[in-house]
Amino acid sequence: MILDGKCPTGPIEQTWDKHRFDLKLVNPANKRKYNVIVVGTGLAGGAAAASLGELGYNVQAFCYQDSPRRAHSIAAQGGINAAKNYPNDGDSIYRLFYDTIKGGDFRAREADVWRLAQVSNNIIDQCVAQGVPFARDYAGYLDNRSFGGAQVSRTFFARGQTGQQLLLGAYSALSRQIKAGTVKMYDRREMLDLVVVDGVARGITVRNLVTGEMESYAADAVCLATGGYVNVFYLSTNAMGCSVTANWKAHKKGAFFANPCYTQIHPTCIPQAGDYQSKLTLMSESLRNDGRCWVPKNKADLGKHPNDIPEADRDYYLERKYPSFGNLAPRDIASRAAKEQCDDGRGVGPGGRGVYLDFSSAIKRVGADTIKERYGNLFEMYEKITDEDAYKRPMRMYPAPHYSMGGLWVDYNLMSNIPGLFVLGEANFSVHGANRLGASALMQGLADGYFVIPYTIGGYLATVKPGQVGVDNGEFKKSIEDVKAEQDKLLGINGKKTVFEFMRELGGLMWENCGMARSKESLEVNLKKIPALREEFWKNVKVTGSGAELNQQLENAGRTADFLEFGELLCRDAYHRNESCGGHFRVEYQDEGEAQRDDVNYCYVGAWEYKGVGKEPELHKEPLKFDNVHLAVRSYK
Amino acid sequence: MSDHKTMTLTLIVWRQKNANDPGKFETYTAKNITEHHSFLEMLDCVNEDLIHAGKDPIVFDHDCREGICGMCSQVINGAPHGGQDRTTVCQLHMRKFKDGDTIYIEPWRARAFPIVRDLIVDRSALDKITQAGGYTSCHTGGVADGNAILIPKTIADEAMDAAECVGCGACVAGCPNGAAMLYTGAKVSQLALLPQGKAEAAQRVKNMTDAMTECGFGNCTNHYECMAACPKGINVKFIARMNREFIKAQFA
Amino acid sequence: MQFTSSSIGRKILMAITGQAMVLFAVVHLLGNSSIFGWLNGGINAYAEHLHSMPLPIILGFRLALLAIVCVHIWFGIQLTLENRGGRPRQYAVKSTQKATFASENMIWTGVLIGLFLLYHLAHFTFQIISPETAALKNLVPLHSDLVPNVLGMVVAGFKNFFVSFIYAGAMVALFLHLSHGIQSFFQTIGWSNDRSQPLLVKFGTLVALALFLGYVTIPLTIFAGILKG
Repeated sequence: MILDGKCPTGPIEQTWDKHRFDLKLVNPANKRKYNVIVVGTGLAGGAAAASLGELGYNVQAFCYQDSPRRAHSIAAQGGINAAKNYPNDGDSIYRLFYDTIKGGDFRAREADVWRLAQVSNNIIDQCVAQGVPFARDYAGYLDNRSFGGAQVSRTFFARGQTGQQLLLGAYSALSRQIKAGTVKMYDRREMLDLVVVDGVARGITVRNLVTGEMESYAADAVCLATGGYVNVFYLSTNAMGCSVTANWKAHKKGAFFANPCYTQIHPTCIPQAGDYQSKLTLMSESLRNDGRCWVPKNKADLGKHPNDIPEADRDYYLERKYPSFGNLAPRDIASRAAKEQCDDGRGVGPGGRGVYLDFSSAIKRVGADTIKERYGNLFEMYEKITDEDAYKRPMRMYPAPHYSMGGLWVDYNLMSNIPGLFVLGEANFSVHGANRLGASALMQGLADGYFVIPYTIGGYLATVKPGQVGVDNGEFKKSIEDVKAEQDKLLGINGKKTVFEFMRELGGLMWENCGMARSKESLEVNLKKIPALREEFWKNVKVTGSGAELNQQLENAGRTADFLEFGELLCRDAYHRNESCGGHFRVEYQDEGEAQRDDVNYCYVGAWEYKGVGKEPELHKEPLKFDNVHLAVRSYK
Repeated sequence: MSDHKTMTLTLIVWRQKNANDPGKFETYTAKNITEHHSFLEMLDCVNEDLIHAGKDPIVFDHDCREGICGMCSQVINGAPHGGQDRTTVCQLHMRKFKDGDTIYIEPWRARAFPIVRDLIVDRSALDKITQAGGYTSCHTGGVADGNAILIPKTIADEAMDAAECVGCGACVAGCPNGAAMLYTGAKVSQLALLPQGKAEAAQRVKNMTDAMTECGFGNCTNHYECMAACPKGINVKFIARMNREFIKAQFA
Repeated sequence: MQFTSSSIGRKILMAITGQAMVLFAVVHLLGNSSIFGWLNGGINAYAEHLHSMPLPIILGFRLALLAIVCVHIWFGIQLTLENRGGRPRQYAVKSTQKATFASENMIWTGVLIGLFLLYHLAHFTFQIISPETAALKNLVPLHSDLVPNVLGMVVAGFKNFFVSFIYAGAMVALFLHLSHGIQSFFQTIGWSNDRSQPLLVKFGTLVALALFLGYVTIPLTIFAGILKG
């Protein structure tokens, strides 16, 4: 099937304004008759729930954590982009649009990206009004920095905790609506199924994580803002609870999964220290503004203290390979370059999986105090984890899975192919193409939540009668039975291996064979081994306790079961895409280490339709057209 | 870096099935722990052993494991988050302990935080305080340009100091009175400092402190244990500022 | 919520009444120090000066003090009882970082000071503890008048080891109470920030120490025989 993204046509500058006018409106008096479910309370979900509540809809919001404020958006450090052009350095909506399309390696829709760039400015204003303490200069104006390969300073930030501050802004708006009674908040609930009645999304089934009870919620529209899936690699920068479960359940109910192979590997994370490790910690990309990446030129120097290796024997590989961007090369390029050095046997630290990020020349140039002011909290965090003082010796860094550009397929209105099911933020596939630029995730989450869904959901709801299906519908009962049956199955296996052991194994396969570099052969290995691992899981996993209580093993088992299915899809997508683009790097398709796109055959969104466990999914394509930005080879040399 | 010395530790952990169970301490042994294990990874190892033995693993809250989500919440040897300066449990590493140590692990203990299971408590009371007024009542859209109102760097920085709160509740757990003054004071101060929050300052401080009392938190007696427990180092000056705002609100 | 039922409102009342009593304690000490002879006629002259004030002023002052004391005690007990339940079960290991012996025992030092106050009033104001040395019954000449012999009463009292011991002990309680209470006042009233707060802690302790030394010198010098009647 050829998918239609329903993008507005005409001059790109007018697309969103024209579309907004074309959208139908819901009568203000009728809004309260509509129930809307929002799953996830990060930037996208929190902002959406608050904004929809304020508009007058009856909102039910869900999160698996104990409070909506804990969603993993909170961990974003660096900042949020906007096309304000406050520094007068040549930025514009058009340039942000252009950079995002190019940064995404020409695998995103132009209209979606234009809209994102356009509303980016409103986001900053909104957050300032909420009391987000963005960094300011001495005159009191908002401060900007350049970030992640951008040649203009368009990143707004709140110390090293921008994601936290923006999330707390959304959380405060959400809290206001909870108080006002327009949003009902359900915390410690995990969505375990999407309820579809006659092809339309009508509600969800959730597990109350405290009591273990299954609960049904019906609504006129369901919004998933459930984040990304890179925990499929087991070790990632995502929070422990991040999973593909909500998206996967929707996928199994018919929602198409688009571009799952586009995963972002962040170049600056603290390397793994041992097998017991549970997660990886990201160190803000902003470190690369002042830090220089290097590895020893000679393998003989690997055992030496880094400070004892003379300048001449250091290979500043990013500066060497990309003279114009140097250490600020985009994430996918910087990550792969680090991997190359380590594959070459010149990686540092335990297992040879690390490169140095050196601040000594910056400290010499601007002084340790300035460096401390800029990155003090990051250096502190690094020391807590590694027990090393980065003021005195270079940090060790290694890439780690960080963000998923792929996600559920949505049209321009953020609605999936299931009517009534909307997908927001990282959970959808829409704007980042094959690679996301730094400081753009926060922008997308808030754009979707504050400024897109409040309009587009109205366009949908105006066409449906409110309250057509309630929880007494048979589909809700059936959904609960199915979920319970799966849960009982997990509890009944009583095998020999723990959930973590399976997850570690799956993560190892994914990272090794479908991580920063993929090949036909490595993917074939995974397409064989993952189904086998899945089979073993369902025979040999050990989950203690019962379903009628708070049971974290059971929660993890369910998430792992979904990852074991999803991992295969990710590999299949990577296997089918015979090109390299952005976060998807196939070793067969490269030009001296640079990704080689195939615009003739692969300039499309690949959206997969579920056909059953172990059955080959069906691929649907949405061709991508570039009317404003010309397809070009992305070069950062 | 690469030394393979391992530690064996004795853990005395609070186990409680649910809110109604009286609960008790149980003793466990953590083996093969290296100095690079985080505290939670050490508990993961203990749990893996427990699961293999067919026993219920120790249940604890955690999520981001990088010290920002505020989910993790354990009192270690009497100190919330283990007592290391500006550190959450998830960022506490085992190099702070010695081979053979005995470690007491307990949940947050406060009237306003009922225990859910083992080391997990219900912190929804903190959300209720925020719902009472921890926001500016701005609408989505229709707000002024971000630079329309200038905010001096010193003010923005001080507001940011207050805004760093991760809402973990360690201040409450550390306070002998189970008071939530640091949590509330930080939010009241952040919004009172910024021009955007000034309009509602008086009503906000009254509503939020009332919610504090209604949720069952104790009163401040200026022990400053909250500041010592806070993993973000939030200063008690924000309690003083809230007190000042409270007095101002009486005349508003 | 009413000011007098709110958490911070009651704390502010505690702080203001407490601070008023600190001021009283300072003035009281300055007056008492006349026993060392800096005032012509000594403490007897000071006492006579106070008593010669118009009755409404004396009564008004005493009633105000009584009200302050009552408010302080009432809310002190109420808040303490509320706070006792703030943590339903103590931790297995006690590990305090910033709290002090003084801050943790405000209620008990307060109770001791309250009991002492009753004793002190009975002793020197109502003069019923040792009636034979009561100042009101033993008049002595001062300038051209006969005035109550406060000095004699005080000296006779403090010659007794137990009396001196009670007074000195009470002053230890007062020191502890104020070493926390004075800086606490500035915090509660909102006159403190991160820079001033550690200084205020020192200042509070210093004032408490000065009051302790000042007050305790009187019974000690008398008991030691340095100050004679």
